[in-house]
Amino acid sequence: METLASLGDGFAVALTWQNIGLALLGCFLGTVMGALPGLGPSNGVAILIPLAFTMGLGPTPSLILLTSVYYGAMYGGRISSILLNIPGDEPAMMTCLDGHPMAKKGLAGEALSLSGISSFVGAFLATWGLILLAPQLVKFALLFGPAEYFALFVLAFATLGGVSSTNQAKSAFAAMLGLGVGVIGVDTQTGVPRLTFGEVHLYDGIDFLVAIVGLFALSEVFIFLETRHDKSDSVGRVEVGRLTPPWSMIKRCIPSMLRASGLGFVAGVLPGAGASLGSFIAYSMEKRMVDREGTFGTGDPRGVAAPEAGNNAAAGGALVPMLALGVPGSGTTAVLLAVLLALNITPGPLLFTENPDVVWGLIAALFIANFMLLAMNIPMVGMFTRVLMVPPKILMPLVAMVSFVGIYGISGSSFDLMVMVGFGVLGWVLRKLDVPLVPIILGTLLGSTMENNLRRAVTISNGDYLTLVGSPLAIGLWVVAIVGFVLPVFVGRLVRSRMRGARDQDAGITD
Amino acid sequence: MTITFFRGAVAAVTIGLAGSAALAESHTGFTPENPECIAPANPGGGWDFTCRQVGKSLQDAGLLDQTMQVVNLAGGGGGVAFSEVVTKRPDDDDLIVAASAATATRLAQGAYPGNTMDQVRWLASIGADYGVIAVAADSEVETLPDLLDRIKSDPTAVSIAGGSAVGGWDHLKVLIAASAYGIEDVRSVKYIAFDGGGEAVTQLLAGSVQAFTGDISEAKGFVDSGDIKVIAVLAPERLDGEFAEMPTAREQGVDAIGANWRGFYAPGGMSDAAYEGWVGKISDLYASDAWKTVMENNGLAPLDLQGAAFEQFVADSVAQIQEISKEIGIIQ
Repeated sequence: METLASLGDGFAVALTWQNIGLALLGCFLGTVMGALPGLGPSNGVAILIPLAFTMGLGPTPSLILLTSVYYGAMYGGRISSILLNIPGDEPAMMTCLDGHPMAKKGLAGEALSLSGISSFVGAFLATWGLILLAPQLVKFALLFGPAEYFALFVLAFATLGGVSSTNQAKSAFAAMLGLGVGVIGVDTQTGVPRLTFGEVHLYDGIDFLVAIVGLFALSEVFIFLETRHDKSDSVGRVEVGRLTPPWSMIKRCIPSMLRASGLGFVAGVLPGAGASLGSFIAYSMEKRMVDREGTFGTGDPRGVAAPEAGNNAAAGGALVPMLALGVPGSGTTAVLLAVLLALNITPGPLLFTENPDVVWGLIAALFIANFMLLAMNIPMVGMFTRVLMVPPKILMPLVAMVSFVGIYGISGSSFDLMVMVGFGVLGWVLRKLDVPLVPIILGTLLGSTMENNLRRAVTISNGDYLTLVGSPLAIGLWVVAIVGFVLPVFVGRLVRSRMRGARDQDAGITD
Repeated sequence: MTITFFRGAVAAVTIGLAGSAALAESHTGFTPENPECIAPANPGGGWDFTCRQVGKSLQDAGLLDQTMQVVNLAGGGGGVAFSEVVTKRPDDDDLIVAASAATATRLAQGAYPGNTMDQVRWLASIGADYGVIAVAADSEVETLPDLLDRIKSDPTAVSIAGGSAVGGWDHLKVLIAASAYGIEDVRSVKYIAFDGGGEAVTQLLAGSVQAFTGDISEAKGFVDSGDIKVIAVLAPERLDGEFAEMPTAREQGVDAIGANWRGFYAPGGMSDAAYEGWVGKISDLYASDAWKTVMENNGLAPLDLQGAAFEQFVADSVAQIQEISKEIGIIQ
């Protein structure tokens, strides 16, 4: 096994005291940055680049530090999703849907541990995928032209109904709102600014993080301000419960984790898709497949396991196109790519043969970081859950402060702060109207990419829309999309009404 | 006011990252200067690379004794940073800003509303990334005239992918070549905009498009691996070293040159002493062997312009881009 021998060499490179120390530091910093709203993996990595350069680290140690931060942030994003209903970064958004309800039910510790385990499974499998399948995966990614990407995004939108179970019309409204926000900025296909009102700050569009932090974190603060102090101490207080999930709960989630890891990994490998799509598809597919009792969205552990395994697997998958093609599949891999270039390493088809020590050292570091994160995250669950003991009157101002500092730290622009406050007010109003917030972000995140791919495909075919179903892969994606959209309308209603009678109150927890 | 990554990290410390930034901190504050480079885009792009690579090399060469802070001030395709420098930090002596042909393109097309190139001082170039036009390795197209002939006879048959938006530099490079070859209606040339050169090359490999326009650095890895072939380099003459095999457009009878230069500008009110100091540092760096290695590794070709000569060069390229943009109707 040539691969395993190379991997062994990689471990030889990675396993020095310095590198292990760096991985430990990176994992810790990454987890904290991931958990803070506003600071996601890409900013986390970018913030630490000067540290790596200042310490005069060589290519392999630098990469070990920075990829540990990357994986750490992917783990950390779930913490604030579960505890505060505020996603620490984009991919952690789906974890809010069931993670926070679990915390409200007094299962915060279980949710955190379970999501930690799911993250580990996702990242672990993805790293193996990276090792064993990288060359073949590149060929797979090349099957995706603009038409196929468009079909993939249609598939994502077709399953959008799965996101919120309450009111489909409100979900659709929220998604439309998101699509509208996604349109803002200079249109790359024509060079024409849209909805920018001549404001140069809007030319690059709205930053997703600004929208997320505004919609989720600030609106939470506004809701708190509204609920007056007398109530606040008791309203926000949540019981912590036990810290580790019972084995039966883990066992029940294993199939979800495995399926989600597969889906997330594939989404990560495609340069045009990324981790957010990975966690989203993992969640909504899982809901379509196993949610027979309608418990998703009310604190179903599988609804926590799926998106966490999905987004961590996507993080690993995104390294495939970055290393093998030099094409970043996400914001964070774009930053890592820049680091590689600054270290005089050219990622691309020849990286594996020209710099094997870097590649295999990096892959070994991923394994090390992953085990380290699991070992670090499970005992730390107790510490994280203390956050819930903090009275809201102290916690909420802190959330507001972290949001402002985080956003200003990324863009250095006070304009973005205004936009964030605007989104905060919007989020507050929408919560009053009981409109789900997640579809807004999905609309923004996925909408603009979907539109660009549609227009690319149609331009290439000189206006012939049949190109959208021009390949077997595209047709396959369309079929899945249509089935995924139509089937639940007929079958889901039938099944659900039959189940309703026999529904157990606590169906989400026990078998 | 901008917050830097370093200061961002310090801010994070106050929230609970105790000790994390201490290592970075120990290196700042020793010298009077506090060098700072604004990369007018998110981390990961060409401007970010320019700042970080130059900052690192300046420090390695001992020209700066501390780490240059890199501030990412994204927005408006560099317009946010430009107006920030013009309005809020017009006389900051410690500040330089990464720029490239894309900056000149946007200035020429009036895409930074209310800003012009004479509001800042242009420092120096650090190299140029010459444009390439490439096709897939198994393509029937062998030469640039071959490709342009196909476009001439049926513009709808050839899609060209690039990493910039329509009207951006990757697009303009093709149009320069097409117009030099005598294609009258350059607007008929089918250009497909992707998110960055990497994605555009991937689509060439995937067979979605017939040709790719971008920079040598974006194409290099794929040329080495034999996946694509460069049919023209938009350089005045053949490049050195491993790039020498690539034919120029000029030797194929298409008089087109397109260089994505990389360099820096500084605030318009920077003192002459500071201006000279920065120009000196960057030209010392440019002359060093270490920088030659960096240029080689990244496919950067020589472009050795400092001070007034660089200022003139930028003015010329702004004028040239203005002319093409008018011709193709991007600006009136």
